[in-house]
Amino acid sequence: MKRGSLSVVSTLAWRNLWRNHRRTLIMLLAIAIGVWAMIFMAALMRGMTDEMMRNGLNNLPGEVQIHQANYRDDPSVANSMAPPAGELARELARPPVAAWAARVRVPAVVASERDSRGVTLLGVDPASERAIGSLPGDIQEGRFLEDEHDRGLVIGRKLASRLETALGKRVVLMSQDPQNDIADRGVRVVGIYRARLEGTEDQFVYAGRAAVQEMLGIGDRVSEVAVTAHDYRAVDRWYPQLAAAVGQGLEVAPWTELDSFLASYLSVQDGFSLVFMVVVFLVLSFGLVNTLAMAVFERVREIGLMQALGMPPSLILGQLLLESLYLLGLGLALGNLLALASIRPLESGIDISAVAQGMEMMGMGTTLYPALALTDMAMSTAVVIVLGLLASLLPAWRAARLEPVTALNTTM
Amino acid sequence: MSSISCRNLCRTFHQGDEVITGLDHVDLDIEEGEFVCLSGPSGSGKTTLLNAMGGLDTPDEGEITVGKYRVDKLSKNELAEMRLHDIGFVFQAYNLIPVLSAIENVEFVMQVQGIAAADRGARARAILAEVGLQGLEDRRPGDMSGGQQQRVAVARAIVNQPALVLADEPTANLDTRSAAQFMDLFVALNRQHGITFVISTHDTRVMAYARRLIRMRDGRIVADEQQEPHGMAV
Ligand SMILES: Nc1ncnc2c1ncn2[C@@H]1O[C@H](COP(=O)(O)OP(=O)(O)OP(=O)(O)O)[C@@H](O)[C@H]1O
Ligand SMILES: [Mg+2]
Repeated sequence: MKRGSLSVVSTLAWRNLWRNHRRTLIMLLAIAIGVWAMIFMAALMRGMTDEMMRNGLNNLPGEVQIHQANYRDDPSVANSMAPPAGELARELARPPVAAWAARVRVPAVVASERDSRGVTLLGVDPASERAIGSLPGDIQEGRFLEDEHDRGLVIGRKLASRLETALGKRVVLMSQDPQNDIADRGVRVVGIYRARLEGTEDQFVYAGRAAVQEMLGIGDRVSEVAVTAHDYRAVDRWYPQLAAAVGQGLEVAPWTELDSFLASYLSVQDGFSLVFMVVVFLVLSFGLVNTLAMAVFERVREIGLMQALGMPPSLILGQLLLESLYLLGLGLALGNLLALASIRPLESGIDISAVAQGMEMMGMGTTLYPALALTDMAMSTAVVIVLGLLASLLPAWRAARLEPVTALNTTM
Repeated sequence: MSSISCRNLCRTFHQGDEVITGLDHVDLDIEEGEFVCLSGPSGSGKTTLLNAMGGLDTPDEGEITVGKYRVDKLSKNELAEMRLHDIGFVFQAYNLIPVLSAIENVEFVMQVQGIAAADRGARARAILAEVGLQGLEDRRPGDMSGGQQQRVAVARAIVNQPALVLADEPTANLDTRSAAQFMDLFVALNRQHGITFVISTHDTRVMAYARRLIRMRDGRIVADEQQEPHGMAV
């Protein structure tokens, strides 16, 4: 297309857009509100997903885990690994890795004077657990472990009530050592934690890592290394680096492999945002097509005139598409600004406890944290532009196909 | 380019059950550089014939050649191309694009042709001055009188010095003085640049300028005479 024709087309498109102020402004507002709704909804969904992911990954824990190759089939102490050293330790010390924790994780039994329960015993180093975000958030009584040599035990509220034990009482911890012999030791309950889910309170007990290693007679060996980069969506980009750095006999698995429910939830959420955007746009497109069809109808004579003067059909088409693009672009800009202005102040959280009992079941809290993401803004822009131009194609095509003389003769 | 040849042109319109004759077996040859007037009562087919020559309307039957183009055989895009580069139009009823100013309307065709901005601006300004619209360059059609709009339309038709100008009642809204000015301008362009003019009119003052006067009635050519152009007394 020649430059001159491009400029005449853009002049015509822009001026025609403002010919019917009222109609254009109403349509503009409709698009802006639609775009705002798309982004706002996506931000809410993203916030919910983020929180659910964070909780899920804190329980997992980590975005990537390193195990001895057989550990996931048989999580016994026999399938332990040496703590990270050499190249792996160097990889873990540099970005994008933000934190990591080496931990012992074995099946165990806790027995009180009254009862005994099977649990998962976690031998942890409190400092590194804190860094990956996997500490129980809420210590209800007593304290958490002080360091990896701490000889106390921290248990969940639910477990404490089942065992009919209490803070400061002694219980017996039993597990198997690598030779399949029983290893046991009496420990004092130094803390009782509360979790979102009773199942968690019932299952996990925390002890100092060194103390557990000593009890099991495994030296400095651990069950797993949990690694986080604090960006769960990006995990596929960096975990292969770790996989390349671990030695033989070890296995590196990203969270998407470790927890397929979380992984599928995430893709459902992304898909749902897109579907929601498309649905909102389909509603808008009726207005858009109507507006453009009206514009063509009102301008039949001048479209005929332009054709009669030798403007090729492609430029007529281009002019109407450009007019539509201007409208969409302005609507998008306005909608994005609205979204920005309304979501930013809400990012500190919206309290929905009044309407959302039971959200905890899904691993979410009663506060929503809408998360504005560039990808959602870009996605809504792409949806609006692509579908908008598609919807405009029909009226524009009709205009380009008008017979010049019929159009010129049309009396209005 | 501008020799025009029409062979056996027929065009009928259908309005409900009624069949209206627009053109009825018209044969006509116009040589390059001629200055022709089409006259005839209202409804005699003048506009229909001009539209057929400009490729704005396709006849039901017959052949039209305009210069190197077989007009009745061209595609929409080829017709647009021909009109854009070789023909200047003045339409009977609706001429100007409402959202463009006078000068932008005059520049429109040159802009679509891709002529550089400075060049087309200067040419448009000059031609507007020539048709007496100096100072009104930035007016929109809605803010101009019918006569002023007519001048803009004429300016646009001739600004580019096309090979052929098809003008449908170009002086309809003009007073005698302005009409005479226009006709003088047309005659000058015809003499100096060899531009072919085909002008439809009811106006005997306009017919007086023509060297060839064609009379139509009921879609047929009923007279085709050479005459000594005598202009009009102002
Ligand atoms: N699009 C159309 N549909 C129906 N009839 C038409 C159409 N265009 C022209 N006609 C008819 O064809 C005949 C010739 O019309 P045309 O416009 O060519 O006449 P004209 O000589 O230009 O008249 P005028 O001097 O009033 O402009 C008329 O009877 C007119 O009513
Ligand atoms: Mg006519």
